[in-house]
Amino acid sequence: MLKQVLAGIGAGALLFGLTACGGGDDSGDGGGSGDGLVVGFAQVGAESAWRTANSESVQAAAEADDRIAELKFVDAQQDQEKQIEAVRNFITQQVDVIVLAPVVETGWTDVLQEAADAGIPVVLADRGVEAADEDLYVTRLGSDFAEEGRKAGAWAVETFAEDPDGTTRILELQGTTGSAPANDRKAGFFEVLDAEGLPYELVDSQSGNFTAEEGKAVMETFITTHGLDGIDLLYAHNDEMGLGAIQAIEEAGYQPGTDIQIIIVDGSKAGFQAGVDGKLNYIVECNPVFGEQLMDVVVQVANGEEVEKFTPVEEGVFDASQFEAELPNRKF
Amino acid sequence: MNYAKRLMWPLIILLALIVVNIVATGVDFIVPSVNEDGRLGGAFVNILRRSAPLLLIALGMTLVIATKGIDLSVGAVYAIGAAIACQTIIDAPDQTAAGLVFSAVAIALVVTAVIGAWNGVMVAYFGIQPIVATLILMIAGRGIAQLVTGGQIPKVQDSSPFTELGRGAFLAVPIPIWIAALVLTALALLTRRTALGMLLESVGGNPEASRLAGIRSKGITVLVYLVCALCAGLAGLIGAANLGSADANNGGLWIELDAILAVVIGGTALLGGRFFLLGTAIGVVIIGTLEDTIINVGLSSQWQFTAKAIVVFVVALLQSPEFRAWILKPIKRRPAAPAPAPAEEVQAK
Repeated sequence: MLKQVLAGIGAGALLFGLTACGGGDDSGDGGGSGDGLVVGFAQVGAESAWRTANSESVQAAAEADDRIAELKFVDAQQDQEKQIEAVRNFITQQVDVIVLAPVVETGWTDVLQEAADAGIPVVLADRGVEAADEDLYVTRLGSDFAEEGRKAGAWAVETFAEDPDGTTRILELQGTTGSAPANDRKAGFFEVLDAEGLPYELVDSQSGNFTAEEGKAVMETFITTHGLDGIDLLYAHNDEMGLGAIQAIEEAGYQPGTDIQIIIVDGSKAGFQAGVDGKLNYIVECNPVFGEQLMDVVVQVANGEEVEKFTPVEEGVFDASQFEAELPNRKF
Repeated sequence: MNYAKRLMWPLIILLALIVVNIVATGVDFIVPSVNEDGRLGGAFVNILRRSAPLLLIALGMTLVIATKGIDLSVGAVYAIGAAIACQTIIDAPDQTAAGLVFSAVAIALVVTAVIGAWNGVMVAYFGIQPIVATLILMIAGRGIAQLVTGGQIPKVQDSSPFTELGRGAFLAVPIPIWIAALVLTALALLTRRTALGMLLESVGGNPEASRLAGIRSKGITVLVYLVCALCAGLAGLIGAANLGSADANNGGLWIELDAILAVVIGGTALLGGRFFLLGTAIGVVIIGTLEDTIINVGLSSQWQFTAKAIVVFVVALLQSPEFRAWILKPIKRRPAAPAPAPAEEVQAK
């Protein structure tokens, strides 16, 4: 009985929602009380240094930006329930724009629908939601993981084009099996290698689960199983795994960065430090410091401007000549 | 005799795994090599070295399970131990001082022992079910570790003697293997050469009857949770020393489940009572070898959990007397069939 009533209200709200969309902009501007926008940000948590840098960047950018009156920041401690609760609170408080960094991809339909019904646009930061909910948010600002893979691949093609023995032999440390960054960083990398026609052999590829612990353990096994002689390149999907692997290579009596070339994705302080020490050769940045870019997108969305469904974060690449100069700029 | 029989099935599985690896990668798998710096290396030595933290935790878990308990908080305690030691060291001006490393290790072990005693008091004195009492810290413990590290991953200098705990060697044998072997021997002697083992089994079998028989079962319960957390803290120190860093979120993640798995593979029943420390050790080596086997035979990472499940499934089935009787039935029946004949002869006489 209660369910039917709720469903009825929902359906009614949906109908009105369609017509309310046009008028949503006026109420949105009015809600900002002229001074600027009120933005709600439901962050994943503080589970890694990357995430902490991301939160700080967004908070600092909102603080410095005159167009933003207030940023309501909620740390959901990796709990989807808490994030849903936070988004509901933002709706009740009638914020102008909701920014959501979803913990997981599924289970957002109801709460995103509520936001749409209330006429509040939702911007996703960093991670995405499942395709079925695509109409319920305006845009996603985040890293293009496949592009990161392609950048790593492009460097490999350039570096090993003149490989004397003809075939580039590669080891790969993948991220958590099935996660979007692991899948896309792998796919992008080999897409470029195949497209450019670099003769290569993928000697082994295993998951190191994005952690130093497992990255080191898997690398130790790679070394005992395949040896390192004749291996040209190690491609690690993040710097924690790469740093673990570097330890394993050193303990086996080899010179990382010289005996084997190493590419890592992410670019933390520790990663750059290893680069300065000559222990790795190329860093593809996965940039958490997108606060300012996010504020631009938020303002565009609040003004009702047309934005792309996906906005990639600006990310750089760094080779051995740039490590030392870039190290002091690292935020995490 | 019965003890040897219990260990037979896990040993057979372990030998089978080793044979698979030798077939896949050659005899080098089992033969230790000597590294340039004089310490032992090679695939199997690496497996043993990497298994040391899991072994320590699984040994503690075996004792807890013997008292009909369970400790889910060991992964979080691992993270806390690692976090305290690394944070203490990086906060100090000179990370290479031996005294500093010693006190960092001591502080970490004392804190983890206190956590274990707390778990034990909750179970023994407040009568909270072990799975609930330790679940609290399983969830909250990583938060405590995050508070200790301030949400960052503290990285200890490679030159600090602390890293020797995970990377160094004594008499050519890696230090983690020494620590694990010492703890295994000490616990085995304590429980088999003194009455402690019998007391543990009696508390696990029937705490009320043990109490009436004059055993201070509450004190023993607190003691095993304390030992278990101490082992987990020590495991965290070895893990952190190996990497030179402490990751509050991922250090020792899900290690409690691997530890319980190792205990079960080793033949200790979750119902409490009898326990087999040596069986647990074999279970740990099986799990460690299995992870390498997946890479050595060229299976992709997606297979990791499935392969683990299959092996555990086989071990569990082999250990079930009912299953063995059922599977052996068609074979046993044939020699059994002529049996009635002599029986008749006997009757005829």
